[in-house]
Amino acid sequence: MSVKEQKTFCFQVKVNRDKCKGCQLCIFYCPVGYLVLSSRLNKKGVKFAETKKDNECIGCGFCYLICPDACIEIHGKEQDKEK
Amino acid sequence: MKKSFLLPKSLKNVDTHYCSGCGHGILHRLVAQAIDELNIREKTIGIAPVGCAVIAYNYWDFDVSEAAHGRALAVATGIKRCRPQNVVFTYQGDGDLASIGIAETLHSANRGENLTCIFVNNACYGMTGGQMAPTTLRGQKTITTPLGRDPESGDGWPLKLSEVLSVLDGVCFVARSSMSNPQGVKETYQYIKRAFINQIEKKGFSLVEVLSSCPTIWQKTPIDALRWIEDEMVKEFPLGVIKE
Repeated sequence: MSVKEQKTFCFQVKVNRDKCKGCQLCIFYCPVGYLVLSSRLNKKGVKFAETKKDNECIGCGFCYLICPDACIEIHGKEQDKEK
Repeated sequence: MKKSFLLPKSLKNVDTHYCSGCGHGILHRLVAQAIDELNIREKTIGIAPVGCAVIAYNYWDFDVSEAAHGRALAVATGIKRCRPQNVVFTYQGDGDLASIGIAETLHSANRGENLTCIFVNNACYGMTGGQMAPTTLRGQKTITTPLGRDPESGDGWPLKLSEVLSVLDGVCFVARSSMSNPQGVKETYQYIKRAFINQIEKKGFSLVEVLSSCPTIWQKTPIDALRWIEDEMVKEFPLGVIKE
């Protein structure tokens, strides 16, 4: 594969905030600090995990693996490296 | 490398009643993921235990039956013998599998029933308020051992059921893993998948013991509870494949 054809991935983390119970395990295991604890409350009355806009997800899947409430999904999308 | 991480179809997208940081939620997802990957959702029958996971049928999107306390493997034996074409598994905690139901567990394993058994070990009775379980660690404080479990004073030693079952001839696969970090979760998934494959290939009884956290009863934060598994529980319950 030539350099021009190389593809890179961007990852979008979706947190279902109303299912989140605020255990913070995803925040603890995120290697790049992409997930943080929100200052707002969800319908359960707990502070939920949310994504930080100024960092980039590397798609390791640690948050998905460790989340006890299955409220995290990671969508990987292919994009050109130059973009 | 996996590009997307999506929820398995066998898991309903609903709120669970589990406490914050409880390991049951992770394990429910792993079981659903293994069933989806092996494409056996339409022929799987799960047996829910008595304990915190008693209403697991509200969270899984395949057939699940309930059993009396500790009798999940007896019910599973009946279902599997009547319907050998189905994949039958039990999901049990330490109080259910290793205490009140130990007779059913030992005899199902000894008969070599073609079943998959998933054993959640959190070293206490979670649902009833934190009494001592057979798997409670030495020195661990529970509401029935307020000074810590003391084998010398008659409390007994932690029951290593996986090692006990591994010596039986009817048992084909025994493994122990922990869900204390993402790597452990991945390992647990591989063991669960192997246990299901063993049943599909009619190899016999498979047991996967999973060390799981109970932050509420242990009175720790979810993160400290996972550290406690790594620091204390793993010393008493060594990880890895015990028999295959």
